Amino acid sequence: MAMLFARSRNLVSSLRQNLGLSAILIKRNHSSPRPVFTNYQLSSRVFLDPSTSFRHESTAVETQPDLVQQSDHEDDAQELDFPGGKVGYTSEMKFIPESSSRRIPCYRVLNEHGKIISDRDFIPVSEKLAVRMYEQMATLQVMDHIFYEAQRQGRISFYLTSVGEEAINIASAAALSPEDVVLPQYREPGVLLWRGFTLEEFANQCFGNKADYGKGRQMPIHYGSNQHNYFTVSSPIATQLPQAAGVGYALKMEKKNACAVTFIGDGGTSEGDFHAGLNFAAVMEAPVVFICRNNGWAISTHISEQFRSDGIVVKGQAYGIRSIRVDGNDALAVYNAVRSAREMAVKEQRPILIEAMTYRVGHHSTSDDSTKYREADEIQYWKMSRNPVNRFKKWVEDNGWWSEEDESKLRSSTRKQLLQAIQAAEKWEKQPLTELFNDVYDVKTKNLEEQEVGLKALVEKQPQDYPTGFHI
Amino acid sequence: MASLLGRFCRKLVVPGSAHGSRMISTTACDSEAVKSLNLYSAINQALHIALETDPRSYVFGEDVGFGGVFRCTTGLAERFGKNRVFNTPLCEQGIVGFGIGLAAMGNRAVVEIQFADYIYPAFDQIVNEAAKFRYRSGNQFNCGGLTIRAPYGAVGHGGHYHSQSPEAFFCHVPGIKVVIPRSPREAKGLLLSSIRDPNPVVFFEPKWLYRQAVEEVPEHDYMIPLSQAEVIREGNDITLVGWGAQLTVMEQACLDAEKVLDFIFQLKDNWFKVSNMGLELIMQEGISCELIDLKTLLPWDKETVEASVKKTGRLLISHEAPVTGGFGAEISATILERCFLKLEAPVSRVCGLDTPFPLVFEPFYMPTKNKASSSSSLSSPLKKKRHYLIMGLHVWCRYWMQSSPLLITSHSICFFR
Repeated sequence: MAMLFARSRNLVSSLRQNLGLSAILIKRNHSSPRPVFTNYQLSSRVFLDPSTSFRHESTAVETQPDLVQQSDHEDDAQELDFPGGKVGYTSEMKFIPESSSRRIPCYRVLNEHGKIISDRDFIPVSEKLAVRMYEQMATLQVMDHIFYEAQRQGRISFYLTSVGEEAINIASAAALSPEDVVLPQYREPGVLLWRGFTLEEFANQCFGNKADYGKGRQMPIHYGSNQHNYFTVSSPIATQLPQAAGVGYALKMEKKNACAVTFIGDGGTSEGDFHAGLNFAAVMEAPVVFICRNNGWAISTHISEQFRSDGIVVKGQAYGIRSIRVDGNDALAVYNAVRSAREMAVKEQRPILIEAMTYRVGHHSTSDDSTKYREADEIQYWKMSRNPVNRFKKWVEDNGWWSEEDESKLRSSTRKQLLQAIQAAEKWEKQPLTELFNDVYDVKTKNLEEQEVGLKALVEKQPQDYPTGFHI
Repeated sequence: MASLLGRFCRKLVVPGSAHGSRMISTTACDSEAVKSLNLYSAINQALHIALETDPRSYVFGEDVGFGGVFRCTTGLAERFGKNRVFNTPLCEQGIVGFGIGLAAMGNRAVVEIQFADYIYPAFDQIVNEAAKFRYRSGNQFNCGGLTIRAPYGAVGHGGHYHSQSPEAFFCHVPGIKVVIPRSPREAKGLLLSSIRDPNPVVFFEPKWLYRQAVEEVPEHDYMIPLSQAEVIREGNDITLVGWGAQLTVMEQACLDAEKVLDFIFQLKDNWFKVSNMGLELIMQEGISCELIDLKTLLPWDKETVEASVKKTGRLLISHEAPVTGGFGAEISATILERCFLKLEAPVSRVCGLDTPFPLVFEPFYMPTKNKASSSSSLSSPLKKKRHYLIMGLHVWCRYWMQSSPLLITSHSICFFR
């Protein structure tokens, strides 16, 4: 217990240092309060209930750097009232630089060799949890590989992998509670996997068979499960962000011990919905954790063509949102950051932004060949030397919690299970034709009833023009 | 004579009478309290009732806190609190997206878009998200609790960006409903139905009527069913279909078309002075019009319109939105499919011009009652038939000037039926 408290005290100071923000000198004038931050936001001490094992202090706000270096002129003692609050004067005309002198560093716990860098801001992860996390990361890898191959063989129409982002997928899910509502983009099936979606259920959606919860209406990988609090994936980018703000607000009004968690890629942050989502979450003080997977590529568009800012983390402050940049390939760092973010979101009823730095090892999807726009060497480097699964594996192995035997057993059994799942899903009955017309509205409308009758008659008359297996 | 006149009177709707056999919403009884309200007050009442009856309902949008730019949300924030009635940042895609999130969690989100002209940033959220939310999830999720309200339509001085009627864009989207009320009483009932309907609804309010239209509105909680059109004026010669503010214009056109008795009686004293113009007026008038309020454009009540057109044989559709690609085209195509053999004339559309909504040219742009009256459906086919008959009678009358003109006129009317 004492050790835990010691750790958390270190957590406090190391959070300060790791954020590296005290590097910039701040000269404050005591009579001019900061215009942007209210008292509410300053150093709220958070005490968690005994069931959780750590206490933290949200200090990020206090140590944010001033964007403008204030000088000592007398003018600064004066203030002017504006609708947004008091603002100090300066007779020095100084533009805020387009970028900070130093990029925001990213928080990491494990080095590339799977060794803990420092004990300071690290929530201990039990053996059980660590092993489960590793197993799931490996399962996700195998699943991606097999489904990708299935698409190449023409058995499913489409697939997209999360290769390289296994740590973000699994570690973030592990840090959440099952009541937290997840609004994914589309590269987060690991979150659903963690929550208990079976390989068979994944396969059913990819094949759009009768067992698919989505009833065969959408392309593969558009998973959704209300049972697992995982909103159905939709292809349009970033639309889930303002929705997440609404979901968070709903949870806030219901006083639930839960938050909304939503994912987005680096490309998606250019969408208007990113701005809408973050701004609304901040203004409405909604408990939302925004996790941005900055994997360097939006299909063929490199981040240098996506924005000119220091990534996404710096955008958080523009909305009044507390943010952190994390090494997305470090499972423990992701776990820690998401865990803390979630606690802050729920306890303080505020949004948090996490930028997880990573690399998209796979192609954008099965419709893409990324060697056309990036070097094969680059892909190989990230795949081999910066592999998040291997990195975490080393740490787990070093603790004596995982062996090569476990590894081969897991991989072969998962592979077998997947192949069986695919075979079964392929053979499964197709959706009945009536499901084409259901759920457009809560109750089928007259025009749909008429169209259904018309279509059925047509199919019965000329069955050769239509695919078989759809029960009329 | 009297019997002939009697037959004559029965067939035409006497102008100035009450609106044919109007179907009154069944939930309003005579004994219930009513109050004279304008449109924005009726909507305000509906919102009060909606928030009162469902503690998990919310009203939000730009400036709704103080009552809204059209005062539709007056008193709500004070009564229900800022947690449930609040201003949002100026961002339509955020407003609708946030509303979808709230609705997906089982709440009722009644969002306001300040003017329908500004709904387009939210089009992606409405079309790609709200409309497909239930379908794409296999009914695991839905955002049926979402209702989007927006003032639409001409206001006299609105120009491009305060007068638009964008209903056609939304009528093309399976998964949402589009509802447009014509009056305060209708608005209250339809809005409550829309809010409580388990599907996302886009509710366009005719802003011109916010203050202009005053009606007796029952004070209690009542709903008017969606997807049920109403015959607000019965007739036999032609069916007119419209929605929202345009119905008041069309009603005027109906009244003009039905005027006949006064003029025919004037002829008695003026046979020698009967001019071409007089003949024209006889030809155009005396038309019994059936006026239908569609109320819900998506999904729309085809059966009511079909039954009416099968009776009258003629259809005229009128809306403010530009004619090309307007919702009138959908109604026209459907009726042609279903009633082709019963039609005596092409379907007529009296709509806005294919231009952005102009400012100084608004009176020229709008589908006025004169445009409706002079449209081919309301004039030419009937005109031809009567023209020949009247010319014939006119010639005959000159030789029989002593004959009673009343006899002549009643003869001529009888010919037409």
